[in-house]
Amino acid sequence: MTAQEHHAPQSFWTKYIWSQDHKVIAIQYSLTAIFVGLVALVLSTLMRLQLGFPGSFDFIDASAYYQYVTMHGMIMVVYLLTAIFLGGFGNYLIPLMVGARDMVFPFVNMLSYWFYLLAVVVLLASFFVTGGPTGAGWTLYPPQAILPGTPGSDWGIILMLVSLGIFIIAATMGGLNYVTTVLQARTRGMTMMRMPLTIWGIFMATILALLAFPALFVSAIMMLFDKLLGTSFFMPAILSMGEQMGHEGGSPILFQHLFWFFGHPEVYIVALPAFGIVSDLISTHARKNIFGYRMMVWAIVVIGVLSFVVWAHHMYVSGMNPYFGYFFATTTLIIAVPTAIKVYNWVLTLWQGNIRMSVPMLFALGFVSTFTIGGLTGLFLGNVVVDLPLSDTYFVVAHFHMVMGVSPVLVIFGAIYHWYPKMSGKMLHEGMGKFHFWATFLGTYAIFFPMHYLGVLGVPRRYYAYENYDFIPDSAKDLNAFITIAAIFVALAQLVFLFNLAWSYFKGKESGPNPWEATTLEWQTETTPPGHGNWGETVPVCHRWAYDYSVPGYEQDYLPQNYPEEAKV
Amino acid sequence: MAFAVVLVILVLGSVLFHFLSPWNITPIASNWGSIDVTMLITLVITAVVFIAVNFFIAYAVIKFRHTPERKAQYEPENKKLEWWLTLGTSVGIIAMLAPGLIVYADFVNVPEDAHQVEVVGQQWSWSFRFPGEDGELGKSAIEHISTDNGFGVDPLDGAGQDDRLLTSNTLVLPVNRPVKLLLRSKDVLHNFYVPNFRVKMDSVPGQVSYQWFTPTRTGDFEVLCAEYCGIGHFNMRAFIKVVEQQEYDDWLAGLPTFAQSLKKEASEKLSVKAEKGMQVAQQKGCMACHGFESSPAGPSWLGLYGSTRVMKDGSEVVADDDYLKEAILEPNASVVKGYAPIMPKLELSELEMESVIAFIKERGNETDPEHQQGTDAGKASGAELAQSKGCTACHSIDGSRLVGPSWQGIYGSERTLASGETVTVNDAYLKESMFKPNAKMVEGYPPVMPPSQLSTAQANALIEYIKSL
Repeated sequence: MTAQEHHAPQSFWTKYIWSQDHKVIAIQYSLTAIFVGLVALVLSTLMRLQLGFPGSFDFIDASAYYQYVTMHGMIMVVYLLTAIFLGGFGNYLIPLMVGARDMVFPFVNMLSYWFYLLAVVVLLASFFVTGGPTGAGWTLYPPQAILPGTPGSDWGIILMLVSLGIFIIAATMGGLNYVTTVLQARTRGMTMMRMPLTIWGIFMATILALLAFPALFVSAIMMLFDKLLGTSFFMPAILSMGEQMGHEGGSPILFQHLFWFFGHPEVYIVALPAFGIVSDLISTHARKNIFGYRMMVWAIVVIGVLSFVVWAHHMYVSGMNPYFGYFFATTTLIIAVPTAIKVYNWVLTLWQGNIRMSVPMLFALGFVSTFTIGGLTGLFLGNVVVDLPLSDTYFVVAHFHMVMGVSPVLVIFGAIYHWYPKMSGKMLHEGMGKFHFWATFLGTYAIFFPMHYLGVLGVPRRYYAYENYDFIPDSAKDLNAFITIAAIFVALAQLVFLFNLAWSYFKGKESGPNPWEATTLEWQTETTPPGHGNWGETVPVCHRWAYDYSVPGYEQDYLPQNYPEEAKV
Repeated sequence: MAFAVVLVILVLGSVLFHFLSPWNITPIASNWGSIDVTMLITLVITAVVFIAVNFFIAYAVIKFRHTPERKAQYEPENKKLEWWLTLGTSVGIIAMLAPGLIVYADFVNVPEDAHQVEVVGQQWSWSFRFPGEDGELGKSAIEHISTDNGFGVDPLDGAGQDDRLLTSNTLVLPVNRPVKLLLRSKDVLHNFYVPNFRVKMDSVPGQVSYQWFTPTRTGDFEVLCAEYCGIGHFNMRAFIKVVEQQEYDDWLAGLPTFAQSLKKEASEKLSVKAEKGMQVAQQKGCMACHGFESSPAGPSWLGLYGSTRVMKDGSEVVADDDYLKEAILEPNASVVKGYAPIMPKLELSELEMESVIAFIKERGNETDPEHQQGTDAGKASGAELAQSKGCTACHSIDGSRLVGPSWQGIYGSERTLASGETVTVNDAYLKESMFKPNAKMVEGYPPVMPPSQLSTAQANALIEYIKSL
């Protein structure tokens, strides 16, 4: 009896619902994240309707608007992006790419998903409680987050904080698994410096998550105490609704430090997996080894470490000691160096390549372009004095959507087009895929590129309406209407993607085991989709790095990682 | 191929957009032109990288597009190239960071000759305080805030007595003179931001932050709140009027001092006991409902001591020491007619109670007519009050929907309440809405309005204004 037969679950229930198989858990994570992401997408469209056509929709009052903004932001950053990169791609790819049969703690892995689902349910429940979900902005800054001047300050904020707590428990259980699996369960020959960059990105991101999320966890609990027990962690003596509150001595800025000590690494929790995945997509579809692999690994590590010492660049105008500005501006601009190296190495990988413009490649190159814009605008905001006029304006909104909204999402799409054949055995429809790419890439460019200019003009963010501000010219209203139309177009284009996912599952072209002729181990499984336990009788042995494309002296233009050293074709 | 063409068009389009679009930096009106210069340096360097990276991709995907015959080059690393790129990037970073930090040093270090103005944020309006002749702002604390003392200036701090107070939302500043804004908040985070002046800073409850600038031309400028502060955030407005020094001096001299606003001259005459009573009354929150102006929440202390009052049950009572003591100990046992039994029981020691009564007696029964009329209540027109008290952050006057109902045409109209009842909007309803805003909410609006700190005269002025809309 072979290993996988011994473990293979039989009933529908154990196979698909209470599954401990990393591939099933990955798909559960991904589908839940995509679902909740669609909720956030609808919220962003509603918010854009108010901005583009102010006052035209009666049901979008100021409370609703701020609730949409808050829930959109929090869902996208935490419940979609973090969950899908780590819980989705991390779960699916780590064991397959390092040549393991599963995660090292399959049961904990299953619990991780169910805690995540619970966190999502608690979060969505806040739409149905008295007062609705919190409208505190995704940063949840106290004191306003827990005071009655903010929508959803009775139940919405409590459910938000509880949900975040549950999410962090889920992420911790998953994270310990991912890190341990990468460190302990690599197959023979799979040294750290032979791992695909996808795994490096996810591995480093998981370490960041394990170190950063506790800061959010404690601040959520402390804020719950302030709200429910009347403690004063973040609450100084203040008035609210004309009355003196009982709080005394707390610091609102303490919360901001804790939040951004989590919040900035969070940017890289999302970005590092995207960096890793995009490296592999570009290399595979350009039929060329990634340029400067060792530098790429070091860049991931250095970015990960530096991401913990830049957090207060979110707080240049927060009222913290202004001398901190020197330090954080310097560290922030230093982090641009390894980041720039990554961009150079992606584009240099194209040089002398043999580039296939497949759908995953389109998304990957689209990412390099949007990420370049997002990274460069970060140099404005990171440089403390340039941030003074731009902070809290639409420049910030445009920047972070380019760099950690559009860019990672393009990678997610590219990755889905790339790995869907392995997950389902079917190719996604290429025509629909191309339409989806062009609509998303050009559409988001139309949304966010001009938005920077509203910020330069000085238009502040988190404004429900802009009427009667004389410094904002009327033409800005036309621009807002244009942006809204582009946003609706992009949102609708995602329906094509969803349809493609479902349609291709039944009607798609058979993919075969390795449609992209890729080198990494997940493409070398015995069956596609891979069965329980991933490999057949024996696990593969790794003989080379992940980037042996177009190696001189071989006829085929790729050598899988388990391709033996000696054998020549 | 298509991708390369689109990428080139995007880049060229973006450059054209930069030069041709009508949306660009707001005309500057302060000394911070140096910030614009650092921004321009950053723009030039980043634009070069943006264009280079995209053109490189476009070129590569055409030049190296897939053909079955060709094989890609195998080149895992090129140390020399990688180090040159790292070096070049570092030079670019230094070219942006160095001038940035030099200009930032100017922002952190305020010039010696800057004059100070305190900016106080609250949901959802701004108010301002200027140091008086002594050049020093008096200490302030949340616990001192009351109807009479909106800034929470410590009444016992000598330095605060000559501070000049501005509760309307138009701040006047002299041209060509550096000003240091000291930022404070009564409730949540706010951010004082004037696009034309470039700089901004949060005002944080529990601490004082600062920013400075020198207005370089006269004119009117808009102030925005740039840190999300709750539902009225988008309409938390103020204005800055930059004028010549002489005009500024005249304007400043016309503002009331803290002492004037608190009838300080009278409190100087207070006995030690009454002085203590004033502190107790402020700390225990008595002033929120009573004070020395008429208020619908509780009987005013003006002229209260020794007067005869009609109670709820029709009986008459003389407000002497015994009655006042009883009213403090058992506040709702016998309530003056026209007031709701809402006063909480307070834990006051015998001594504290006596000092409060002394305070009521001495302050409330002064004969100085200036003080008996209250502060500048009623002087300010309703329209000014609507602005300065932050009403217009949530209530529009042109019918457009903001956080609360628009005031246009509201007077005399019928409204459905959240409870399902209907009310006619008359003087009584408006007054109740000002002082107990969340008791009778109009359907469809969130219960977020803070109770107004208005005297009856001010409330009447506001109602007159609402009627006129």
